[in-house]
Amino acid sequence: MKPIRITSTHQSITFSRRMIVLGGAQVAVGGLLIGRLGWLAVAQNEKYQLLSESNRVQLIPVPPRRGWMIDRYGKPIAINRASFRVDIIPQQLEKGRDVVPEVARLLQLDEEEVARIRSELAESQGFHPVQVGENVTYDQYAAVTVRLPDLPGVQATRGYSRYYPDGPAVAHLVGYVGSANAKEYEAEDKNPLLLVPGFKIGKQGLEKTLEPYLRGTPGGQRIEVTARGRLVKELDPKPDRSGQTVQLTIDEGLQQYVARRMGDQSGALVAVDVTSGDMLAYVSMPAFDPNSFSEGIGRTEWKMLSEDDHLPLLNKVAQGLYPSGSTIKPAMALAFLKLGIDPKRRVNCPGGYQIGNRYFRCDAVHGPMDMHSAIERSCNTYFWATGLITDPQATTDMVKYLGYGEEFDLPIPTQRYGTMPSPDWLEKKYHRKWQGYDSANTSIGQGYVLINPMQLAVMPGRLASGKLIQPRLLMGKPRKPIPALDVDPEHLEFVRKAMGSVVNDHGTAVGSKLPLDGILMAGKTGTAQVFRLGERGHQSNWALRDHALFIAFAPVEKPRYAIGCIIEHGGFGASAAAPIVRDSMTYLFDKQKAFAALAPLEKQWGGTLAERNARQLANFKAASRATQA
Amino acid sequence: MITSAIIPRPLARLPWRLIFLVASIASFGLIVLYSAAGGSVQPWAVKQGIVFLFFLGVAVGMSWMSEATIKALAFPVYGATLVMLIGVEALGFVSKGAQRWLDLGPVRLQPSEFMKPAIVLTLARFYELVPAAEIRKWRAIWPAAVLLGVPAFLILVQPDLGTCIMVVLCGVTVMFLAGLPWWVFAAPAGLVAVAAPIAYQFMHGYQKKRIDTFLNPESDPLGAGYHIAQSKIAIGSGGIWGKGFLHGSQSHLDYLPEGHTDFVFATMAEEWGFAGGALLILAFAMVIRWGMKVSANSRTRFGQLAAAGLSATIFFYVSINLMMVMGLAPVVGVPLPLVSFGGSAVMTVMLCLGLLMALERQQRTGARLA
Repeated sequence: MKPIRITSTHQSITFSRRMIVLGGAQVAVGGLLIGRLGWLAVAQNEKYQLLSESNRVQLIPVPPRRGWMIDRYGKPIAINRASFRVDIIPQQLEKGRDVVPEVARLLQLDEEEVARIRSELAESQGFHPVQVGENVTYDQYAAVTVRLPDLPGVQATRGYSRYYPDGPAVAHLVGYVGSANAKEYEAEDKNPLLLVPGFKIGKQGLEKTLEPYLRGTPGGQRIEVTARGRLVKELDPKPDRSGQTVQLTIDEGLQQYVARRMGDQSGALVAVDVTSGDMLAYVSMPAFDPNSFSEGIGRTEWKMLSEDDHLPLLNKVAQGLYPSGSTIKPAMALAFLKLGIDPKRRVNCPGGYQIGNRYFRCDAVHGPMDMHSAIERSCNTYFWATGLITDPQATTDMVKYLGYGEEFDLPIPTQRYGTMPSPDWLEKKYHRKWQGYDSANTSIGQGYVLINPMQLAVMPGRLASGKLIQPRLLMGKPRKPIPALDVDPEHLEFVRKAMGSVVNDHGTAVGSKLPLDGILMAGKTGTAQVFRLGERGHQSNWALRDHALFIAFAPVEKPRYAIGCIIEHGGFGASAAAPIVRDSMTYLFDKQKAFAALAPLEKQWGGTLAERNARQLANFKAASRATQA
Repeated sequence: MITSAIIPRPLARLPWRLIFLVASIASFGLIVLYSAAGGSVQPWAVKQGIVFLFFLGVAVGMSWMSEATIKALAFPVYGATLVMLIGVEALGFVSKGAQRWLDLGPVRLQPSEFMKPAIVLTLARFYELVPAAEIRKWRAIWPAAVLLGVPAFLILVQPDLGTCIMVVLCGVTVMFLAGLPWWVFAAPAGLVAVAAPIAYQFMHGYQKKRIDTFLNPESDPLGAGYHIAQSKIAIGSGGIWGKGFLHGSQSHLDYLPEGHTDFVFATMAEEWGFAGGALLILAFAMVIRWGMKVSANSRTRFGQLAAAGLSATIFFYVSINLMMVMGLAPVVGVPLPLVSFGGSAVMTVMLCLGLLMALERQQRTGARLA
């Protein structure tokens, strides 16, 4: 800059100029501030109002009451009971202050429970409450409540808990509920409802598959809270909506009766209404008590259940797979008839049959057999011989058509549907040609044949009704017209009559006639080899004994119900499974007579199912204490 | 000015419009503090009212000071404040902690507050002494830089970034108006832009964090960014007319931190909306305009520079605080004068206004003399 002499006049001009610059800058800043204020308060108002509201109002989810499950007559299967509960919120625990012993004393928890609480506390996520006691008595609840100020982190609340009046009888049908785990919490996009203490979701069975219907819509207790979490006031709450009541096709009475009638045996029984496919009983025994699962099962009880060789934790109805044994024979016979085999054609049974270089043994020397007597007396030789002269693809297709190896559309979490082998299937699966011995094995339900107990009921149901019934569990599901079976009705009539003879004439199950006037049951026994052919019935080792199977429908003339039953390692179908089916069928027609049959048995077993289960648990607890000591 | 036969002359000569304006702002502030306390005059409104009235009296009393007295006091006051700042620093060193005030029995004196008007008066006095011909010379720059730099440094290490920035801005404004060459301002501005990342490295942890969250408030919505986020929610949720007196949920439910001190504007805007906020900004603008007019009408160089500098002090107070609460500037801890609870800001602003009133009276009486 050129050095000029700056006078006070210059200075005064500079000052004025710079005052204008300064004033302008101040006006600009003022404008900026008002503009910003307008942007925040007017343009963005909606956004910030929302944020302010979400600050002010906190929503405490109020869990909805879980929907009931009722049976076809409206009797309760899964309901809710008012309950008191005590939890510990790990986050709110004070350091160096162990509240567990005090709470355990108040609730009279045993060491096992205390151990469970400690391990759950150790691996908890802080905000997730750890259950201390569920369904505590009112006195215990009150005792904890008055001491809450001295028990930081402990929370006592009132709510509802799931209750299954029939306990183990419905265990595998309904499953159980439980608190959501971390994975389920993530899977539901961190739904805060799942964190509410005492809120249970379906974990197994229908409780799991029907979750969307049963859960309902949570309400909210809307509260105004300060930044520090202090409650200012309660606002109008958002009401919760209870879950829907789901009506099942199950007959609760029958379900319970069957469970009791099975005694201590390991097995499954399914009963269907042949006109509609409605499943009336869906029993897998022995079973756990879903009530203990829903409350959080104790370690001893869990150990007892998982170590039991009768597999009480396995749903045998949906996941048990067994060789069908001779129960396949009525279906095979229908296939033979369709393929033009003359039912009068006789096959001589000398007590066995030579196929290739192997001799297959029959159960007895039956002598000359036609189709009717072969079903009635369960002659393997007849079915081996006839199986060899018929088209294996056609016969196996027929059996499959009647339900063996079929997957049903049912609300069951896991369904194993087994295998009905055929030449095509064998080619695809094992890349080999169908051989004579495959026909032989398949025609008596051995070899690759694997079926589940539902199929064991559907098959006689389809034979009995002549309709392609589909098993159903939900009453509310729309009923579609059921197509008739694509078979000659006369053939069906023939098979039904033969099955009638099994029970009522000279068949394998004559010991299991219904004790009712004018109502006859038709059936078919089955014995599925577990260990080795030829060792039937002579096994003293329970686990190596054959499975006993029985399929039935009644009445023979105008069928209403069909039942399929498997008793694991029960030996002959006629001796183990058929009497249970007989009594269960009796129940459907005459409850009094059925209970009359049950009473002496339960006396012999040592009490009702509930009594025996309680005793078993007590014994197991005592035994495990003894081994620990 | 009120001219009436009934009112005695000395009273009538007071700048009533300004006093009315300032009293309105302060009264509005008391109403906001009343609401911030949950609808109670305790613990803030009463105390603040007393402090305000006291300093209003002081300011009115100061208005009788002559320009000559102010001029004469400029350097001594500056010197005394500087000594106090050093004293505070020494005390802080002894007690091994941050120290911003001197405990003088009943009152706690925060010397950095006095430095705001003191630096303005000192620099105004300095540039009055510099002959017009020398203004673009090095001699006119470095003494001012020292006069400003030493207290600024002392305040920065207290640490009180907000006050430091204010002192520097006030000083720079006076230097700018004094007519220093442009490069004096352009060069440091460029330097700051370059040096800012380096300076950042030497900042205190909490200062760093404040700048971080200013640049990206979402980075830490529950930590340091919480202040700005909640303040914006409070202001934004107010809408045009606000949620109504005593109905601000952000402040009443404690979501808004410091709702009665630094973030009092957010408390106010939540309840009074854009209308209340804009009105308050306009009121402050009128006060500042009044001060700038005093400067423009002043016929002495000291009067011009001092009046403009004092007005700028009020301006920076208000604008830094508002930019801070509306998320336009980092949170540096500058209160909103006359509205925020706390005596020091009231004291500083009323001292500035007292000096401005004195300068203004001088103009009027000077006019009569001329």
